[in-house]
Amino acid sequence: MLLIECPHCGPRDETEYHYGGQAGVPYPDDPSALSDREWAAYLFYRDNPAGAFTERWMHAGGCRKWFEAVRDTRTYAFESTRAAGRADGELGDGGGER
Amino acid sequence: MTQDLPEHPEHLWRNPEPRSSYDVVIIGGGGHGLATAYFLAAHYGIRNVAVLERGWLAGGNMARNTAIIRSNYLWDESAAIYEHSLKLWERLPVELDYDLLFSQRGVLNLAHTPGDVREAMRRVNANALNGVDAEWLTPSEVAEVCPIVNVSDNIRYPVMGATFQPRAGIAKHDHVAWAFARGADRLGVDLIQGCEVTGVRTAGGRVTAVETTRGTIHTGKLGLCAAGRSTQVAELAGIRLPIQSHPLQALASELFEPVHPTVVMSNHVHVYVSQAHKGELVMGAGVDSYVGFGQRGGFHVIERQLAAAVELFPIFARAHVLRTWGGIVDVTLDASPIISRTPVDGVFVNCGWGTGGFKGTPAAGDVFAHTIAHDEPHPLAAPFSLERFETGALIDEHGAAAVAH
Ligand SMILES: Cc1cc2nc3c(=O)[nH]c(=O)nc-3n(C[C@H](O)[C@H](O)[C@H](O)COP(=O)(O)OP(=O)(O)OC[C@H]3O[C@@H](n4cnc5c(N)ncnc54)[C@H](O)[C@@H]3O)c2cc1C
Ligand SMILES: [Zn+2]
Repeated sequence: MLLIECPHCGPRDETEYHYGGQAGVPYPDDPSALSDREWAAYLFYRDNPAGAFTERWMHAGGCRKWFEAVRDTRTYAFESTRAAGRADGELGDGGGER
Repeated sequence: MTQDLPEHPEHLWRNPEPRSSYDVVIIGGGGHGLATAYFLAAHYGIRNVAVLERGWLAGGNMARNTAIIRSNYLWDESAAIYEHSLKLWERLPVELDYDLLFSQRGVLNLAHTPGDVREAMRRVNANALNGVDAEWLTPSEVAEVCPIVNVSDNIRYPVMGATFQPRAGIAKHDHVAWAFARGADRLGVDLIQGCEVTGVRTAGGRVTAVETTRGTIHTGKLGLCAAGRSTQVAELAGIRLPIQSHPLQALASELFEPVHPTVVMSNHVHVYVSQAHKGELVMGAGVDSYVGFGQRGGFHVIERQLAAAVELFPIFARAHVLRTWGGIVDVTLDASPIISRTPVDGVFVNCGWGTGGFKGTPAAGDVFAHTIAHDEPHPLAAPFSLERFETGALIDEHGAAAVAH
């Protein structure tokens, strides 16, 4: 069972969270300009490293906010978590609101 | 169910030194790699073949799965390949001259909601159209097939019926691996353990050799059967796969007298249970949600599946869990496998079988061997190409396959 640090609420049990996959995969600026191959890459291809992975989690059983985490996929240890929104008000790469 | 397990012979295969070149090199000595090598040698006339395994033969997901075999998939393409596999399961013990302990005890897929019922009936009809044996059973008929299932209506998710595939069942995974390994070895295939592939060499867009921890091995054809590490192995050849790797767990109880005559799967409360040949209750559930390579998963997944199991099978309330373990499965976004040529000439991939590739072992071996031997997809493999992610011709078995992935 993982202990995950929500940037807003602090450490909580894994069962409170929803997993959102790889972070930093922005919706294409001009989808209709993409080739079928590029569109497939956006929809279906994600990184799958055995090692550090930047991904999105949502504190479903708590504040219900998305945040980004860096986790080692071999040990499952979280290296860091940070709120998805930035200080300048911009969304982070993985802003879940898209 | 409690028949004696046959002794396995002492020397099932040689342990040869790798040669400097082969016509075909297979990466991964799990069930799929061994079956592919066997079919290449036995049916497709290519015997100068090596299977390279980084650990020991069939020690990956092949050694960790719950051994359920069925072909009651929804979509035509899936029904075709899994039914081909089931027919091979029925025939292989004779062909391989080895008892795979393939026990056709049937599988029940329970329905617990009106939505489940509609999906299940649709699947029964689709199966019938594809020549796959399938029936819809009422709750009292479910109790006739498996008397220990709780079909009372005062539980949280009462059993509203089930689909039943009588020809489904389980096999003994070790015996399957040993039988394919022995069959391949006898036909001259070199099975090389403790040999990790660390690089793939290409020239002019064609594969020429693999680098391994036991030296360079030249080959013009390379087949990837690396299940838990598909992404990493494909990357060695510069190929990106639409795959995410997830932990999947299973567990076994102490031994019991025969009490559980069939395989029971419930997608909605998510547990599946069968009783192994020796008598353990073997159970599994879904994957852990996150990407992982750690060969273990979260305890809450086990807690939930046991809660579901005890409600469905009240007599299991006092059973002890003896062992839990995890494997790493490679999952595609449409929950169907990839059996395909790749952008690199001579490199072929067989992966993405996710949580359901044990049942597919014989068919995967057959159609992948055909694809490698003829440089073009076997008709049953053609729909499972990498191109389907670009053309949109996905085979979306998520949920439809009677199990949530
Ligand atoms: C808990 C669990 C329960 C399951 N239950 C079922 C079930 O009931 N029914 C069902 O149909 N399926 C089930 N599955 C899925 C099934 O186990 C897999 O789909 C199937 O085993 C994958 O094919 P394989 O046997 O060849 O893979 P594996 O046995 O994983 O073989 C891959 C091999 O490649 C080797 N390898 C990796 N990288 C390299 C490298 N660089 N060099 C050399 N070798 C390498 C690995 O060591 C490994 O031995 C289950 C899986 C798990 C984990
Ligand atoms: Zn929170």
